[in-house]
Amino acid sequence: MDFVISTINLSAPTSMEKQRIIIGPERFSLTIERLCHQLVEEFDDFSNTCIIGIQPRGVALSERIYRHLIDQLNIPHIDYGVLDITFYRDDFRRPGASMHASVTSIDFLVEKKNVILVDDVLYTGRTVQAALTALNHYGRPDKVELLTLVDRRFNRELPIRSTFSGIKVDAVDQAYVKVEWANTHGEDRVLLFSDKKAAQ
Amino acid sequence: MANQQLSSKHLLGIKDLSTEDIRLIFHTATNFKEVINRPIKKVPSLRDITIANLFFEDSTRTRVSFELAEKRLSADTINFSASSSSVKKGETLLDTVNNILSMKVDMVVMRHPAPGACQFLAKHIDANIINAGDGTHEHPTQALLDAFSMQEQLGDLEGKNVAIFGDILHSRVALSNIFCLQKLGAKVRVCGPPTLMPKFIHKLGVGVSYNVRETLQWCDVANVLRIQLERQNIKYFPTLREYSQYFGINRQLLDSLDKKIVIMHPGPINRGVEITSDVADSEHSIILQQVENGVAVRMAVLFLLAAKG
Repeated sequence: MDFVISTINLSAPTSMEKQRIIIGPERFSLTIERLCHQLVEEFDDFSNTCIIGIQPRGVALSERIYRHLIDQLNIPHIDYGVLDITFYRDDFRRPGASMHASVTSIDFLVEKKNVILVDDVLYTGRTVQAALTALNHYGRPDKVELLTLVDRRFNRELPIRSTFSGIKVDAVDQAYVKVEWANTHGEDRVLLFSDKKAAQ
Repeated sequence: MANQQLSSKHLLGIKDLSTEDIRLIFHTATNFKEVINRPIKKVPSLRDITIANLFFEDSTRTRVSFELAEKRLSADTINFSASSSSVKKGETLLDTVNNILSMKVDMVVMRHPAPGACQFLAKHIDANIINAGDGTHEHPTQALLDAFSMQEQLGDLEGKNVAIFGDILHSRVALSNIFCLQKLGAKVRVCGPPTLMPKFIHKLGVGVSYNVRETLQWCDVANVLRIQLERQNIKYFPTLREYSQYFGINRQLLDSLDKKIVIMHPGPINRGVEITSDVADSEHSIILQQVENGVAVRMAVLFLLAAKG
């Protein structure tokens, strides 16, 4: 099952052009809607399915999806949690590793459930690997699916792929993809930068 | 907020920490508290780290707490106590530690009867050092867990009144508590018999009182310290019974106040001396929460220091 609607094949923006908008506000909300419909198609009334957002950046997306499912698609109840993976990262004691933990809040067991892990961008796959390790501490799920807004499919360092993705972006390694949200950045959009520095 | 780190690679005393350091430790400890309340209480963060616990002085709580914190972070640990080691044969501190470090140990948690023992070690060796109490000097992790527990009860400590009762003279907990609470903006007052009050304690900016009732009426939190008989080689007060009558905290005293205060004690308790059982086990007391928070705070300290490398 691979729901790819759109793929963007890009070379990184040149230094002249520091950023490029790859999803604007309108497309953004359409993409979220589509992802929600795909989830309903797959998991019906979510009676045995939970949604878990990966801290910190996956949570904005998981929150949006959770709200849309409850408010717009009238799902009566979904188990929803957020998971911090700081203590499970494999780059501990290596330069550049973020050691600032966020809240974990999962007040249910994932034992024998379908889990939808949510993150904004799937890049090397290492965050997802850490999340899978962390998830084990809450029971043994029947199945774990991954939902990401952006899938950078040519930059993977581990055999991990997303089941549901908003957009596939093929960009060179040093390029940086950033997801911005209306409530924190003023507008929903996905941006592509020539490198991480340009995004700051 | 990302990529925040401690300003030092050692935890020798609260005096060297910045307020931001303390807040980062508390922030991380909150997350570890959630971890230790899960069905599976272990995270793999420190899986490639070896920690030596060197205890040159007796300890129950601190030692168990550090060991648990290390194990819950997946570190490898070795334990060492002076009573069953070559220290008895006359080996120096530096030789002992260097020998242990040559077996590839990354961090050292040390308790030692001599004030400044950890500072001395930090100058001579490369590993991260955590002070688990050095004589009458500092006991930083105890102060951190005390302040963390107070914050859980009262919210931000800015402007709150905290009183420390008892044997201030011999207490490393008192000194670390004073530094920590002041950095977090709390007002501190110490209270005890004049013989157990350091002569220049007011120079640290703390209030000094010899009246227990009045101090209890003033404070939001009472941190009651143990009478450290093992460090008292002369008599500082006539009898334990007299101490208890004048400076002990009992139920009657608490009930006579017109407000509810939080009672803390770093342990071990001399029941019936500095605090009576009905107070230590009452709803005012958060003594056992302190112990639980101790593991979370120590996990945070170990994690953040290990991240410094």
